[in-house]
Amino acid sequence: MNKSKKSKISSPAYAGISKQAGEEKGSGFDLAITGGRVIDPETKMDRIADVFVRNGVIKKIEKSKGKPKAKEIINAQGKIVVPGLIDMHTHLREPGREDEETIYTGSCAAVAGGFTSICCMPNTQPPIDNQEAVKFVYQKAKDAKCKIYCVGCITKGQKGEELTEIYDLVRSGVVAISDDGLPVVNPQVLRNALEYSRMFSLPVISHCEDLNLSAKGVMHEGFVSTILGMCGIPSLAEETIVARDVALAEFTKARIHIAHVSTQGSVDLIRQAKKKGIKVTCEATPHHFTLTHEIIKTFDTNAKVNPPLRTKKDVEAIKKGLSDGTIDCIATDHAPHSIEEKEVEFDSAPFGMVGLETALGLVITELINKKVLSWTQAIAKLTTNPARILNLKGGRIKKNSPADITVIDPKASWTVDPSKFLSKSKNFPFGGTKLQGKVFCTIVDGKVVYQG
Amino acid sequence: MKLKSRHLLGLEGMSRKEINLILDTAETFKQILSRPIRVVPTLRGVTVVNLFYEPSTRTRISFELAEKRLSAEVVNFSAAISSAQKGETLKDTVQNIEAMKTDMVVVRHQASGVPYFLTRCLESSIINAGDGAHEHPTQGLLDLFTIREKYKKIKGLKVVIVGDVKYSRVARSDIWGFSIMGADLSVCGPPTLLPVEIEKMGVRVYSDLDKALEGADTVIVLRIQLERQSGGLLPSLREYTNKFGITKERLKRLNENFTIMHPGPINRGVEITPEVADGPHSVILDQVTNGVAIRMAVLYLLSGGEGKVE
Repeated sequence: MNKSKKSKISSPAYAGISKQAGEEKGSGFDLAITGGRVIDPETKMDRIADVFVRNGVIKKIEKSKGKPKAKEIINAQGKIVVPGLIDMHTHLREPGREDEETIYTGSCAAVAGGFTSICCMPNTQPPIDNQEAVKFVYQKAKDAKCKIYCVGCITKGQKGEELTEIYDLVRSGVVAISDDGLPVVNPQVLRNALEYSRMFSLPVISHCEDLNLSAKGVMHEGFVSTILGMCGIPSLAEETIVARDVALAEFTKARIHIAHVSTQGSVDLIRQAKKKGIKVTCEATPHHFTLTHEIIKTFDTNAKVNPPLRTKKDVEAIKKGLSDGTIDCIATDHAPHSIEEKEVEFDSAPFGMVGLETALGLVITELINKKVLSWTQAIAKLTTNPARILNLKGGRIKKNSPADITVIDPKASWTVDPSKFLSKSKNFPFGGTKLQGKVFCTIVDGKVVYQG
Repeated sequence: MKLKSRHLLGLEGMSRKEINLILDTAETFKQILSRPIRVVPTLRGVTVVNLFYEPSTRTRISFELAEKRLSAEVVNFSAAISSAQKGETLKDTVQNIEAMKTDMVVVRHQASGVPYFLTRCLESSIINAGDGAHEHPTQGLLDLFTIREKYKKIKGLKVVIVGDVKYSRVARSDIWGFSIMGADLSVCGPPTLLPVEIEKMGVRVYSDLDKALEGADTVIVLRIQLERQSGGLLPSLREYTNKFGITKERLKRLNENFTIMHPGPINRGVEITPEVADGPHSVILDQVTNGVAIRMAVLYLLSGGEGKVE
């Protein structure tokens, strides 16, 4: 063994990532992440250990007795090592609005936020409703910094009328189908989608919004919309469709995933459905467990999102749903929009805010540090659970799993500055917020793709 | 004394002192308006832009007269003849106008929050002349002025706002203004035209007009937009008139010395009968007269004026 080289990295002052000069004969690992607290929700692991990677795959997780050996070593002492985060709800805008985001720039934002896999929603221009469009996304994804998984449309052109060629979509690699951005208005169409998708164990993701009830609404219907004189989107607009979709899932025995749950009533409906054994899962966004409609008082169009920011009571219900397991996943609903589109009258601005680069900080600051979720619970909602719902290989730190790993510095505090986002868009309403917990580095298939 | 803000965006959050300052200043201007020569040089050299994105008769003329009587230089803009129709954004339009050196902008827009938006992209003082269903502060102020002039007080008076509260910016400014000044406030209308949680603004809520009117001093009658019927919020205007129309018969429930107000334009025979609108208790035209004095006071105070006018 090459003792002189070993002594070089034995200094306690050593920190960060180092490439050892020369080959380490005998060890055979490409990468070792050493001394960190390793959390894997699936295997319930939560202990200090070293993680060894070879050929992009996790090969060994153990507490090394001597100095760990690998070509590249990441000293993760004081850090938390978790499976690479998975965002099951991202809008990447390509094709169609490359001025707002591309698959590449979205992936840069993703890895900066600790995500190693993101699922792009199909409401692009044109929508991803056929195999050629899916192939286009996967072609572009070859240059991306992280793994991109494509979600296909439920209906052709997201019109809610005819089903897409779902078998074709599955063969070209979609991990779910959704008309996100719009509900499937006709329940018979959704019933057919659910029954047909059962053949492929393909999850159907539902955007729950009754368009007649949300109508011209631009924010949550409540006291704040009353004061501001703005058209409201009542909680009812979401809840009636959640109730309908739960009934459809029960009837068809298919799996349904409810996107971006935002109201207390929706959380209650899903909780009851789960108790009855209905195959329903759901997600909540960081902004829906953090912000309320009060923020609209400044008429900041960056806070205009769909579903809208709701009341304090709803925020508490989302947190409750996260902690009791009703809400399976935390997803960003990262929705980039250009400055020109957002710098307009509130009524005319599009819905959406970016979220890839702040999600983890908000989870740590708002949920973990405030004791809503334990680290294991929180990480499960960002890794294991979306991986299970979408049948993805990642999301775990386990021997022979892909080496998609996120190393988190839980103590680092930082101030959100949207102008520094790697995302092409900066539409984010709470810049200046202090967050705790930052990405230390992001690893995809054993390669460090981002260092904080 | 001066106003806290250099903009007038709404009455929400204003202090009683500030409102009194505006009303007192308006009183002085009202006296000036009764003189043979009604022009003062107060705003000489100040350029005011009237930016009207929505049709308006009363408010636009009232502001323009107020500006001219203060000797300001006045520019009128209306969206129908602007580049808004060529697809220019609001931000670009107003920044271009301001680039021509303006000092104050009076804005009327169909979207709530536009005056706030302008404060973020302009240097000028912004006066809200009505934004969506949000606020119409000068209307609220002229309503307060008219009532104070008549009763010599506002505190303790029983005021009822009747009609389409949901879509009314006048209702909101009146609710803020009258509650800041200590009036006893109620709103009354069909539940489809009352916004959710309106009671949290500190008003009693009625859908029974006779109960709401019992012992009231002032009734503010709101205009019923003709679209409300097609929008499904009312089965018919006829039915609205039967249930909520202000008729002479119903006025018997009011206090003896009552007043009837309406921000205009009136749908005669829908929300109010001509008999009541033109009757002895109606102060509808006084509201219009007072509007000019209120707007002169607001323009004067926002341009840096303090208290008494010389």
